[in-house]
Amino acid sequence: MRSFLAIYRRELLSYVTTPTAYVFVAVFLFAIGLFTFQIGGFFEQRRADLQGFFAFHPWLFMVFLPAVSMRLWAEETRSGAIELLMTLPSPTWALVAGKFCAAWTVAAAALLFTIPLWVTVNLLGAPDNAAIVTGYLASFLMAGAYLAIGSAMSALTDSQVVAFVLAVLIAFMLTALGLPMVSDFVAPLLGGGVADAVSRFSILNHFEAAQRGIVELRSVWYFLSLSAMFLGFTWLAVDARRGG
Amino acid sequence: MLLEVDGLKKRFGKRVAVDGVSFSLDVGEILGFLGPNGAGKTTTMRILAGYLEPDEGACKVFNIDVLEERGRAQTRIGYLPEGNPLYGEMTPWAYLRFIAETRGMRKDEARTAVRRAAQDARLGDAIERPIETLSKGYRRRVGLAAALLPEPMLLILDEPTDGLDPNQREAVRDLIRRLGQERAIILSTHSLEEVAAVCTRAIVINEGRIVADGPPAKLAEGHADGLEGAFKALTGGQERVA
Repeated sequence: MRSFLAIYRRELLSYVTTPTAYVFVAVFLFAIGLFTFQIGGFFEQRRADLQGFFAFHPWLFMVFLPAVSMRLWAEETRSGAIELLMTLPSPTWALVAGKFCAAWTVAAAALLFTIPLWVTVNLLGAPDNAAIVTGYLASFLMAGAYLAIGSAMSALTDSQVVAFVLAVLIAFMLTALGLPMVSDFVAPLLGGGVADAVSRFSILNHFEAAQRGIVELRSVWYFLSLSAMFLGFTWLAVDARRGG
Repeated sequence: MLLEVDGLKKRFGKRVAVDGVSFSLDVGEILGFLGPNGAGKTTTMRILAGYLEPDEGACKVFNIDVLEERGRAQTRIGYLPEGNPLYGEMTPWAYLRFIAETRGMRKDEARTAVRRAAQDARLGDAIERPIETLSKGYRRRVGLAAALLPEPMLLILDEPTDGLDPNQREAVRDLIRRLGQERAIILSTHSLEEVAAVCTRAIVINEGRIVADGPPAKLAEGHADGLEGAFKALTGGQERVA
């Protein structure tokens, strides 16, 4: 546990002592504002809710969060610090979890900075606050899944650019599986059952249910499992270095 | 014996990097690992430090198998990797605290260990300055201090004086001599002068195999240009591609 906390603190420090976290939070807030107000038509809808705000989260996270996670392992490999970390008597899980949780904290901070929007809808009307809390919770869990994907890709390479591109690609595939156009394409080829199964693997589908204020345990389980699976891949990729 | 290495073998694809390396080491010995580039020095040291797993063979530190009980063995080993990777944005104090706590030390233990290691490595006032602003010599001392944090009985130093100017080199050598009085040290180097000046014993490794093992003066015997002549004769004066 001490190793985990030490890694977590150092990683968090490296985010706040370099422009990475600030740029991420600032650009994310700008982009989510632009999407919510301009493209989502927040005021034109004349509804006191944040559905138009949450709807863009999967698409923005898909691009922004790999930028946060791309350095987690790639930079350690490039600088040679990975060798130092792996010759310390700390378990690999502590390294993997410490780094992941630091990146997740940065994502959580970005979400916290959107709370003024929540306050605004409460001033403008009487929103379903339980649905908004559910939306935030789902958004936080989804961020974890995207970061875990990014962490795994970062562990595979010493290039941050390659890690970013791979993570965006996988995140896009897992998100887009839920689009109607994908189901419409798959159904005639492989049947409705397969199309339905493919759609159930989509981040988008699980997130949309939560946006409507429905807490589905299977969605919580889905996001946690997806995160655990990619953190497991990270662990394997990091440990595989011992084999040379 | 503090360290026992038995029949280490390591391949990278078709290339045999380490081919049946065996030796043992006791407290008070400073062992210089000599060899041309690509001879297998760094790979051997990485295996001893628990970073790489060998394909065959075993190594034990105080009878603890580095492969079977890696974490336990690593608590007794201090390691300075090749290139001395550090986090430049941190101060040595913060960096050493981070390493100590990642090693599992409690906060008070970590503080004490950092003070002691900084003193042993003679970091002085540099301890509060960002690492990226320090000279190469002081950065090397930070790396050495990190390796000294657990009060290891075995120190593994991969090219500890590489890239240092003569003054910095001499300072690091003094440090190694002093540290070697109460522990075992393995250091790899390209400098024959360094081996002669610091080491009590030298192992020459070529194409993954140990080709000579003994005190530097004894290895130099019978060669007109001393240790350099011995090195050339033992390694065939050839350069490896990788």
